[in-house]
This record gives sequence, structure tokens and C-alpha cells, in this order.
Amino acid sequence: MDTALLYDRLQFSVTATFHYLFPQLTMGLPLLLLYLRSRDLLSDSDHFHEAAQFWTGIFALSFAFGVVTGIPLEFQFGTNWAAFSNYAGGVIGQMLAMEGVFAFFLESSFLGVLAFGTTRFSRRTLWLTTLLLFVGAWLSGYFILATNAWMQHPVAYQAGPDGRVTVGSLSDLLTNPWLVWQFAHNMTASVVTASFVMAAVGALYQLAGIYPAHARTNVRTGVVAGALASVLVITPAGHESARQVFEFQPVKGAAFEGLFRSERGADLVLIGQPNMETMTIDNPVVVPSALSLFLYYDLYAHVKGLDAFPPHEWPEQIALLYFAYHIMVGLGTWLVLVMGVALLWLWRGKLFAAHWLLWLLLLSAPFPSLATTAGWIAAEVGRQPWLVYGLFHTAEGLSPLAQSGDALFSLLGFLGLYLCLGLLFVLLFVELIRHGPAGAMPAAVQAGR
Amino acid sequence: MLDGYDFGVGILSPLVTINETERSMVRATIGHVWPGNEVWLIAGSALLFLAFPKAYAAVFSGFYLALIIVLWLLIGRGLAFELRGHVAHGLWRGFWDAIFTGSSLLLAFSVGLFAGNVSRGVPLNEEAYFFLPLWTDLQPGARPGLLDWFTILTGVTMVVLLALHGATYLAMQTVGPLQTRCRTVAKSLTVPAAIFLSALYMAWPIVQPAVQEHDYMNSARYAWSWASAATLALLYRFHLRDRMVAAFACSSLLVASLLVTIVWGTYPNLLTATDPANSVTITGAAAEPNGLRAALWWVPPGLALVVVYQVLIHRMFAGPVTPETLYLYGHEARSAHGATNADESRRASRHRPQ
Repeated sequence: MDTALLYDRLQFSVTATFHYLFPQLTMGLPLLLLYLRSRDLLSDSDHFHEAAQFWTGIFALSFAFGVVTGIPLEFQFGTNWAAFSNYAGGVIGQMLAMEGVFAFFLESSFLGVLAFGTTRFSRRTLWLTTLLLFVGAWLSGYFILATNAWMQHPVAYQAGPDGRVTVGSLSDLLTNPWLVWQFAHNMTASVVTASFVMAAVGALYQLAGIYPAHARTNVRTGVVAGALASVLVITPAGHESARQVFEFQPVKGAAFEGLFRSERGADLVLIGQPNMETMTIDNPVVVPSALSLFLYYDLYAHVKGLDAFPPHEWPEQIALLYFAYHIMVGLGTWLVLVMGVALLWLWRGKLFAAHWLLWLLLLSAPFPSLATTAGWIAAEVGRQPWLVYGLFHTAEGLSPLAQSGDALFSLLGFLGLYLCLGLLFVLLFVELIRHGPAGAMPAAVQAGR
Repeated sequence: MLDGYDFGVGILSPLVTINETERSMVRATIGHVWPGNEVWLIAGSALLFLAFPKAYAAVFSGFYLALIIVLWLLIGRGLAFELRGHVAHGLWRGFWDAIFTGSSLLLAFSVGLFAGNVSRGVPLNEEAYFFLPLWTDLQPGARPGLLDWFTILTGVTMVVLLALHGATYLAMQTVGPLQTRCRTVAKSLTVPAAIFLSALYMAWPIVQPAVQEHDYMNSARYAWSWASAATLALLYRFHLRDRMVAAFACSSLLVASLLVTIVWGTYPNLLTATDPANSVTITGAAAEPNGLRAALWWVPPGLALVVVYQVLIHRMFAGPVTPETLYLYGHEARSAHGATNADESRRASRHRPQ
């Protein structure tokens, strides 16, 4: 691969992957925050107010990191991918500008109110502000996903005489069939992430024997929301997303599943390593005919494997795609199991005494983030060599005059900076959790600007 | 330039404050508008992308090195703002204060640098792309870099103007000795502002002769530079007479007049090239009409909505920041305020035996 292309792609993937660790929390959390604020409205005690304040502090910290790491993504469309911006600006410019105007303003303006106004405004105002924060966060996700959905499955565009594309119908662009399930899948996944973080913080407090009331609120809220969301993220959202991949991008789907040969009654590979020499799966553990059943609800349905497509149409990184997809699915299954058992124990009233289960909740907290990252790697690497699927190659999208040395300069700079940022976030996150819901810290966070 | 005054506030905060309470007050003046202002920057670049995809692609890739550094500065500045209050220790706060001031200063300089490069012209090729090294020989000749004597002049001018703008904003938003100090700084900055602005307006036609060629616009162009002079004089006068809101309006107009002058002089180009044949005109860079028509449906109502709730938020937080109202801004402020009270009572108790 041309080195400039390699560095530019690495830079976008590093900055996007690092960025997305934060928004997945700040899209899921407002829903849980809204629940806490609603309980606060209905109750007379300060308990839910305190809980909401604590989680607003966590939200504000993650949002700050999300904003500062998000700006580079918006800029990189122009700095590193100028030819792509010139080609597709007529379409994706609409989406990105909409995100800024409708969602990002809403989110950040009302976060300011929430952070600065807790000592000034009534509970009802705070509830309404949280609602607007939630709307802003989910709209933001919607417009960004609409951009991505267009790159995965371009619709509603017109090609001009100079080859550049512009938007044909804005409403069709916003109701891209790809977008529907992608949005559902992605947003429920963000709720899973937030629920696991909340449940893990509660489990930690419970195990450590501190903040007993908050420990229970956090675990209860996290487990109920997490159990629901971890099922929904797989079915129907994940299931339909996978079916969609096989419908619109069958070669990518075959790479996901490690299906080298077209088959009637295709098996579902659970474990195994793809062998690119022999075009088989080594050490396979499979469920016979399950892939056909999942995709077409028919044990004997014909599924196209990689051999149905000429090799130049294949995605570049078959093994990486296979593992990314399997890690996502594997972790997703594990998350359902953990949350399912926790919910059962909660219902039986035994959860808070079951230390092994609280430990499981605590240690599983990073898995949703890993699963979403793996899922995005599968979706985006699987789109290669296309930047806009079927229309525009990634290699054509680079800025024409920036040299590989320039790209490496910025890539190394981002790597160093993000290493510091990651350490800083962990440090401050731990600090917030250590200080806990009561006491000085959350309020100090509010005023820290 | 909405973000302008908070760059200025950032540059000035170590100059005009003497203790933690005052630094918190300075911060509180921009605290609630800060996230919104930051977003204008992002939304602004997205709207540029929407309206002029070709120019967006050319400008962002051409200023690659500078923009990447600007991104790092924006990250530092954003985090300084958000993280400062997380650890109640002087070292931590001092570190982030330094990052905040340094990045504000360099960002203000960068804004001026971009304005300077755009007004001098950039080496566009036939495909309307360019790539600028950070510097070459510091001359605005055939082989320009981002930094040359002219763009350094525009950069410094922007730093001075935004510092003046920030000092005026602070004088409007605070009371007491802090306000007096801000006003003194603002008054003393009007002189360098006048010098740098006149140098800039005189140097521009030298580095970019095309500015003088649009005869039909020339008189109007001078009108804009006269407008700069008039607002600067009025600004000084309002500072003397303690009419802070009027002074702030003037400093906003002053920054606007500089930007309008540059746009006016550059028109009909959006991006002037060092080789005039390659310049990109506004009409040439605009997005396809059907895209712009689609945007017309949602941009004005969307922005109107934003303005409505931002005004609402401004009103919710209305009023100058004093040590007393600072109390309302939360715990850190409260503890800072509490500390001052404690200091005072300690001082009082020390005085008592005498």
C-alpha cells in the first residue's frame, strides 16, 4: 500500500476509534440519567438527585473528551481526505452540518446549563434540560450514522457532469434503509455500554461496602436497562443488520462469517482461525446449517461464500474482519449471559449478596466498549477498498498534495497526544468514582470551568 | 467572531487576575457560553463544507500542517477548560491555566495567520489545490509559507484585537478592582491595536496587488478601514466614560470590520491564488444549486432555533459575575470564596491582639 494512504487511514482509524470510546457512553448515559431525574421528580428525598448529579459529572467528563477528540474527525475530512470531500461534499456536508446545527448545539448548550445551573434551577428545569441533552445526543448519533450509512449504502444522490455527487432527496437520505437498523443497533449498544458502567460502579461500591444506597440504585438501574438493551442489540437490531450486510454487501458478509465456499445449508462458525492459504477455517467449531437458518429462516438456503466473487472484489483484510466480527458477537453473547443471570438474581433478591456475580459485573464493564469497537472495525474495514461502497475508492480520496511525511507527522502527534489523554481520562474517571456520589466531588466538577 | 472574546479572556486571565477567586470569576464570565461558542467553530466548518465543498477541501488540505497543530491546541484548550476543577490542587490548576492561556494565545495568532494567508493569496494549482509549508523564506513571494512577515503581522494584529475584545468583555462582566484592571488593559491596548491595524491595511495592497484592482469596490473598502478606526476611537471613549455595553459593541464591530475588510477586498474570489489565473471565485466554489436549495429548507430554521435557546440560556445566567454571585456557580467557586473568607477572618484574628 502507498505509504501516504496507509498513514492517512491509520490516522483516521486511530482518531475515530479513540473518539468513539467516549460518545458510546455519552449517548447511552442520558437515557439512564433521564430515568434518575424522573425518579427525582417523583420522590421527596435527595437520593435520586444525588445519583443524577454523580452521573452528570461522569457524563460531563466523558463529553469533554468526546468533544475534543471529535473535532479532529470533522477536520480530517478536509485535511486528509480532500479529494473525497470534494467528491462527496454535496451529500455528507449536508449530514455533518445538520449534526452541528440540530444536535451538537443542543447537546453542548444544555450540558452547560446542567453543569453550571444545578444550584440555581428547579428539579423540573433540570429534568427538562436532561431530556434535551438526551435528544441532542441521539440526534447527533443519528446524523453521523446517516453519513456512515450513505458511505455503506449510497442512496438519494445525483452525479453531476464533473463526476461529483450531490444530494438528490434529503428525506430519502435521512431514511436510508441501511440507517434504520444501523441506528437501532448502534444506539442500543451505547445503552449497553452505559448500563454496564453504571452496574459496575454499583457493584464496586457494594463489594467495597461503601455508599450502600447508591450501590443498589446503580446496580438495579444498570442491570435492568442492561439486560433489556443487551438482548435488543442482538435481536432484532444486530440480527437485521447482519441480514442487511448479506443483502447489500454479500462479500463482506461472507468474510465476517469466514464462509469461503458457497453452500446450501451453510454452517455457522463459532470458533476457528481463517486459513488464507487453504481457504478454510482451521480448528473449527461449527453449528451445522445455522447460518442459512439465521439469514433466510431456511435450513437449506443457499449462502454465497467468498468464492462466488472475483478476488479483486474481496475486502482487503479477511482474517481481521472475521475476528472483529466474531469478537463482537462473542462478547455480545457473554454480555447477555451476565446481564441475564444478574437480572434473575436481582428478581430473586439475591444479587446484592452474590459476590461472584458482582465481580462478574465489575470485570465485564470494558467488554461492551470492546464489542462496539470490534463491530465498527468490522463495518469499516469491511467497506474497503471502497470509501463510498461501489462508487468511490479509498485510494482516490486522499488530499492530493499532502506528503506521507506530513501524514506521519500528524499520526505520531495524535498517537502521543491520545496516549496522554487516555491516561488522563482513566485517572479522572477513577477519581470521580473514588469520591462517590455524596460529598464534594460532583459539585466541584460542576464548577470546574 | 463569537469565539473571539473567549480567546481574549484566555490570553488576559494571567495578566489581570491576582488570586484564585479572581481567576474563578474570569472563568465564570465565559463558563456558560463556552461550550456553545466552541460548537460554533465546528458548525461553522461543517457549514463551510456544505456550502463550498471544493473550497473546504482546498483550504483544509492546503493548511494541513497548521490545522493539525490548531487541532492539538483546541484539544488542549478544551481540556484545560473542562478539567481544571477536577483536582483541587494549586499545581494542577496552574498547569491547566498555563495550557489555557498558551493555547488561547496561539489560537488567536492562528486565526490571524489564516486571515493573513487568505488575504495574501495561496499557491493554488490548476486543480485548485495547494499545500503550504510552515515557512520558507518568510517572504510573501512566489514560494510562500504559512509564516511570512505579512501573515505574522496579521497574526499579531489578531492577538492584540482579540485581547482588546476580551478585556472589554471582562470589564463588562465583572465589578470592582478586577474590572478596573481590565479597563486599564483595554485602554492601553487601543494604541498597539491602532498601530498594527494601520500597518496591516497599508501592507495588504503591497503583498496582494489584486486588492486594488476592483475599482468599483475601492471606495467601499476604504470605508471599512475607516470604520475600524472609528470603532477603535469610540471604544476608547466608551471605556473612559464607563459605558461597558457600548464599548463591547464597539470591540465586536472592530473585529468584524477587519474580517469584512478582508472579505470585501478578496471578493469576487473566495480564495485568491498567488497566480491570479488559478483563483477560486465564490460562484465557482459553491455547492450544486440543488444541494444549497435543500439546505435552505433547514439551515435558517435550525440556526434560528439555536439562537433562541442560546439567548434563553444567556438570560438564565444574566448579570455580571461578582465574588457574591460567584457563590452560585457551584462548589469550587464556593470553596474558593470560602477560602477568601477564611483568609480574611484569619487576618482579622491576627489583627485582633494588636
